[in-house]
Amino acid sequence: MTDRGAMRGFSDGRRTGAAGARATPFVDRNFKYLMIFPAVAVILFIGLFPVIHTLMISVQNLTMLDEDTSFHGLVHYGRLLSDGRFWEAIGHTLIFVVVALPTELVLGLALAYLFLDRLPGKQVFVALLVLPVVVSPVIAGATWRLLFDQRYGPINQVIGWFAGEDVTILWTVDPAFVYPAILIAEIWQWTPFMFLLLLAALSNVDQSQLEAAEIDGASFWRTFFKVVLPAIWPVMAIAVLIRALDLFRLFDVVWALTRGGPGTLTETFSIYAYVQGFQQFETSYTAAMSLVVIILLAITVTLVLRRMEIDR
Amino acid sequence: MAVRFVVAALVTVLFLFPIYWLAIISFKTPDEIFAYPPVWWPEQIQFANYAVLFKDGDAVTVWNSLVIASISTVFAMVIGTMCAYSIARFRTGGNLFSDWLLSNRMIPPIVIVFPVFLLFVELGLVDSFVGLILLYTAFNLPYVVWMMRGYIQDIPLELEESALVDGCTRWQVFVRVVWPMARGGLFATAVFTFVFAWNEFIFALVLTRSEVTTFPVQVTHYFGGQSNFWAKIAAMSVLGTVPIFIAVTLLQRFLVRGISLGAVKG
Repeated sequence: MTDRGAMRGFSDGRRTGAAGARATPFVDRNFKYLMIFPAVAVILFIGLFPVIHTLMISVQNLTMLDEDTSFHGLVHYGRLLSDGRFWEAIGHTLIFVVVALPTELVLGLALAYLFLDRLPGKQVFVALLVLPVVVSPVIAGATWRLLFDQRYGPINQVIGWFAGEDVTILWTVDPAFVYPAILIAEIWQWTPFMFLLLLAALSNVDQSQLEAAEIDGASFWRTFFKVVLPAIWPVMAIAVLIRALDLFRLFDVVWALTRGGPGTLTETFSIYAYVQGFQQFETSYTAAMSLVVIILLAITVTLVLRRMEIDR
Repeated sequence: MAVRFVVAALVTVLFLFPIYWLAIISFKTPDEIFAYPPVWWPEQIQFANYAVLFKDGDAVTVWNSLVIASISTVFAMVIGTMCAYSIARFRTGGNLFSDWLLSNRMIPPIVIVFPVFLLFVELGLVDSFVGLILLYTAFNLPYVVWMMRGYIQDIPLELEESALVDGCTRWQVFVRVVWPMARGGLFATAVFTFVFAWNEFIFALVLTRSEVTTFPVQVTHYFGGQSNFWAKIAAMSVLGTVPIFIAVTLLQRFLVRGISLGAVKG
């Protein structure tokens, strides 16, 4: 698909017709490289240069107390292997991915079906439902912290109505409730994202195929798996990939709700890296940790992209 | 249909309730915020919580967000679209280059922020507009290139070819033909670039101190160890969120293609 719209015939800078006889100026000859230069320069400056810097630091020994720039080999990488808190943080992160992602997908799909056919005021509903997506995630976390407040928040109040007595659930402190609290906030914010994409995808499913399936007497589920799912898969795959990557870097909502607590119970990888780098000042160790995660993530994403064969 | 309508309405109310609660707290008096049981509708709407933000100067953080998000959006759009044009029309760098560009977007911010922080300390860019603008520009570039490449590929080639025959330089073709033709795409992409920069938290948390604090960071300052400044949390959040709500509602039709990385053609 990359060929689409490429300038065939004169992509090497030659002109067609009469102008071709003239020597092409420098800018035109190197046009395609000059055009990518600013973008590449900025990305290298912010992306590649710091990564190389990090690589250097990760084999030194910089801490809050120690400015030791001598070569220490892979000692920090070794420490990572035996750091239980790091692997727990990766585990917590994966819990969020594994619970939130399917929930958002299923709820989003259900909502998309709810709004698929004609409905009075559909435009208004959709416009309103989308709003959570564009709230700053840290603000979303703050909002839920107010909602979850054990005394002045409406959630315990409503639960109290059903329970028939006052309830004081400590949503952001009680180990039994911190995961549900964070997951609810996360799912609230991103289900509309799934909904919006899946609604667009469902609307584009070929109507004649659906009608054919109906005439054949296929059940709803059979039609869904045989006709609808293959048709919406490209969009669904992108949506899942975007969300999986977002969930893996989960920071803002957890930061606003629990700061990784109680203890380190809800500490995600991003929060742990923040604590090590900016609160404990374990500079070299955080550098090593960052690199390992970049590499792990790069491998995973490459494999997933190959699998999905996304149109590029 | 009647049942579906009721369910749809209930779901919408459920999803909007948190936003309603946030907004309504910002209009309450301290007594109403800390009333037990919680009050769902204040006696009267009052704006004292907002007045405090403007009096103390905290509201300036919304202005900081606006400056940083706007300038970084313009930069990212201009150099990103240039790059996208080169890739779309000349296949510069091949698939490897496009993949590398997009992969930059997949790196978790926390991994990048640490090396960037060390770099900015050495360059003296911590707590400066330049630092955050540069960072957001870089972070948004892969997205802009990816999106704009898709839009540029949809523009018919003939116009560019005839402009070249008429003696335009390649740069003139880009500025006079491609840029205006891609207007819809530029708009849609810019919205999301802007929203990202406006809402971003980790970079701003690490790289600002006091001079260029953005509004999401300011909100977290109101969470104390023992007591939280609820009125300020709510009012500051609303102040920073309303502009985005307005922008997104006005540009509703661009929304789907923008957030799906172009997977849904609109």
